[in-house]
Amino acid sequence: MDILNIEEYSYLKKKLRREPNDLEQFIISAEWSEHCSYKSSKKHLKLLPMKGDHVLVGPGYDAGIIDVGNGYVVTIHIESHNHPSAVEPYGGAATGVGGVLRDILSMGSRPIALYNALRFGQVDKKSTFDSKNRWLLKNVVKGIADYSNCIGIPTVGGEIEFDKSFDNYCLVDVAAIGYAKLDNLVMNTAIKGDALILGGNATGVDGIHGASFASKNLDEENRSAVQIPDPFLEKMLMEATLEALENDCIKAMKDLGGGGLSCCLSETADSLKKGFLVDLSTIPLKQKNMTDEQIMISESQERMLYIVYEKKKLEFFKIFDKFNVNYSEIGYVTNDLNLSVIREGSTLACMPANIIAHAPLLDRKFKQPSHLKSILKSFKDPEPQIHIKKMVFKMLSNPSISSRKWIFEQFDHEVGIRTVSKPGASDSSVIKLDDDKFLSFKLDGNSKHCYLDPYQGIMGCLAESLRNLTCVGANPLGIVDHLQFGNPENEEIFWTFLQTIKGIRDYCTFMNIPVVGGKVSLYNETSSGPIKPSPVIGMLGLIDSKNKIKYPKYVSNQSIFIVGTTKDEMGGSEYFEYCLDVVGGIVPRVDLEEQRNITEAVKKLIDGDLITGVHDCSKGGVIISILEMAIHSNLGFSVSVDKMPNNCSRIDYMLFSESHNRFIFSTDNDEKVIKYLKKRKIPYAKIGSSSSDRTCIIDHKGKAIFKCSLGSISQTYQNSFSNLFVKSI
Amino acid sequence: MVRIGITVFPGSNCDRDVHHILNNILHVDARYIWYKSSFDDFDCIIIPGGFTYGDRLRAGAIAAHSTIMSRIMELADDNVPILGICNGFQILVESGLLPGALIVNESLNFICKWMNVVVTNTDTPFTNLYDKNQKFSIPIAHGEGRFMIDDKSYNKIKKNNQVTLEYWKYNPNGSLNSIAAICNEKGNVMGMMPHPERGSDKDLIPVGYDQNSVLVFKSMIHYFK
Repeated sequence: MDILNIEEYSYLKKKLRREPNDLEQFIISAEWSEHCSYKSSKKHLKLLPMKGDHVLVGPGYDAGIIDVGNGYVVTIHIESHNHPSAVEPYGGAATGVGGVLRDILSMGSRPIALYNALRFGQVDKKSTFDSKNRWLLKNVVKGIADYSNCIGIPTVGGEIEFDKSFDNYCLVDVAAIGYAKLDNLVMNTAIKGDALILGGNATGVDGIHGASFASKNLDEENRSAVQIPDPFLEKMLMEATLEALENDCIKAMKDLGGGGLSCCLSETADSLKKGFLVDLSTIPLKQKNMTDEQIMISESQERMLYIVYEKKKLEFFKIFDKFNVNYSEIGYVTNDLNLSVIREGSTLACMPANIIAHAPLLDRKFKQPSHLKSILKSFKDPEPQIHIKKMVFKMLSNPSISSRKWIFEQFDHEVGIRTVSKPGASDSSVIKLDDDKFLSFKLDGNSKHCYLDPYQGIMGCLAESLRNLTCVGANPLGIVDHLQFGNPENEEIFWTFLQTIKGIRDYCTFMNIPVVGGKVSLYNETSSGPIKPSPVIGMLGLIDSKNKIKYPKYVSNQSIFIVGTTKDEMGGSEYFEYCLDVVGGIVPRVDLEEQRNITEAVKKLIDGDLITGVHDCSKGGVIISILEMAIHSNLGFSVSVDKMPNNCSRIDYMLFSESHNRFIFSTDNDEKVIKYLKKRKIPYAKIGSSSSDRTCIIDHKGKAIFKCSLGSISQTYQNSFSNLFVKSI
Repeated sequence: MVRIGITVFPGSNCDRDVHHILNNILHVDARYIWYKSSFDDFDCIIIPGGFTYGDRLRAGAIAAHSTIMSRIMELADDNVPILGICNGFQILVESGLLPGALIVNESLNFICKWMNVVVTNTDTPFTNLYDKNQKFSIPIAHGEGRFMIDDKSYNKIKKNNQVTLEYWKYNPNGSLNSIAAICNEKGNVMGMMPHPERGSDKDLIPVGYDQNSVLVFKSMIHYFK
């Protein structure tokens, strides 16, 4: 097999003005892989708005850095480990956590919180893959838990979705947040002669070709490309690094991830505008007789590259000795701008770092997928469902809706003592910072919406994130995006990618929310075709007072309000897809102006202490939001849906539509709330009230269309998911 | 003023949390003890939670055989109060300072959850500010927290009043008789699976739970008054 394709080979040859040797080609092939180079996506990502008042470092680095005031910064990054997790879910997911934590560490910040967004095929409906899907989920969860629990970083939030397009595959996205004093961040400077030190794990044959493996379709089970996790070593590496940083030993650092030494060395040299000379005989190895190529592209985990102040070198070594973490001086910084790889005096490879670090970018072709038109054309409304109660219970047992406590109870979400809102308890996570401020972060994705309409779909994810942040009283600071698609060489798939970029650009520009980081994962193809477009958004916000944090809970005997309009927008809804097995229809559209007005209004009501509990309406529709608030507060309610602002043609659509820009809230101050909403011309209705007992009643045209005691509702919601895993496998 | 030492082993990960609560919330002098260092000026010792040595072999097994534990055993003989939390409890059991064993949870899964426990012995340096049978809230987070002991030894610790905390109403891990914490015969060494440091900051208590797990630390401070 050729190491590089013909175009890349001739491009490289032209740039070098000579024939590259094999090792050089291996180095290039790791760095120019889609995974490391973003060669399909980079041109388009530049279109995103990245500047903001609080953004100190935006996309393109290991992590974004955001100023949160008083001399503190928050760092944030999102990564995925989809290909590895699909073949080896435990190790793949665990090393995904390890990788994102080292990104946070690379900036000089201590990780304080972890999040995950997971996508699997269906786990509850009988299919060829349901048992495999459960196996994948169970092991992904265990992989994340074992790594993060051991290292002691709390997993405080997450998001999960199930869809047939992920059958026999999975998407495992992990996000991490770090916290530091601005003054303590790494400066990232170097001068000629500075030592290059490789710390942590030895380099082995695990994870060979990992980056290239993640840049192709998954057509074979390539387990040797999956890295081996060692959270204990990472914990030691993290503490040693932070102590060395505290003692001002480190001038620059970077973690080793995809593409191993090749990527780490070339990218660091390029960003420092320096050259590096590295002697391969100094690299600590796990196995004897590793080839030079293997050493340069191995993705063994828990490794970091450091550039250390010459006079602090001994102190640095002493700190690493204290934590029993291995290190080796592998070379030094030069002024020639080359990455030179030598072994005992003879040069093995020598190329300008900026050539290695900058792959030739591609102009991928795109065209609107033909299946979208045919889905739209052939769509017919399903028969109206009259058994509302039956549908509600089906929805409550839907793994995309029901409580995921079986998952998050396996994560230590308390360690670090910052977790204010426990997983599942509020619309968005809340963690405590050191100066009486609170940070909120929420991941949202919706592959069903994004499949039918990638532009509206991604706007919907962003809109949902903002609503979730609004519910806990947070002001948005920025987003990270994780763009996951199938093979970009397929023009129709690339079109969905471009639509997604356009959606993020339009939303973030309008809302004035900067993109502070992101990741692209392409070639996500399963045994039966590409995944649905699955961008995931993570939105970060700041809460200035604890009083503003609201929960999706009623207080007994208070009024229940809805704001926003419910529309016949059923495309990609859980009702259509999960309950009725219908794919098609109009996807909920985001009216940007309306979203700004409504979220601002809800925020103002929270700031004015007029809201006692609030919940966003999204997956499952308004009825699920109303019921979730009842479940969380252990209180019943009586509401009538007749007055709900809507243009729905049918009652089942009204209850299960996933239209955007809607909130349910409870209040004890109807008068002020109504006055304010009227003044701002916000569509709203008082739909009923919470009760002091546990009866849940929903009326339509004077008739109870749903009446049930909270006990059985709660039981279905709380236990359906756990039951799938406790009983099976 | 009481001086509290917090052991730091490779892989301890609740050391900073305990340190924060003691110094910044309770305003006592608490300092880290790196597992390789010698020390002699602490009134009591806390072995915090975490995954010492990555839980290799068995949770707590390797840390239990480190040199610092020989020193801690001497202190235990000298009636110095020693509290092991979570992995600290596992280390105390592995070192023989406490009886019984902590095995994998009945569900086979790690479990992180807020619980309620009941105080069954108030005559220790760690529980003296509680009322007998007082219930309080406290979170757990462990994979190997199922306390087991043979019948004969159980009768002995029961008779000696060595069970200090029991899970209230719900046994999360299958522990024998819902045991959440035990102490040694003299009462100066206690191990507990739940995490009092996680329930000691008012901002972190979920609705429906109380902040009384902080009384574990306050009891220790009170003991020296």
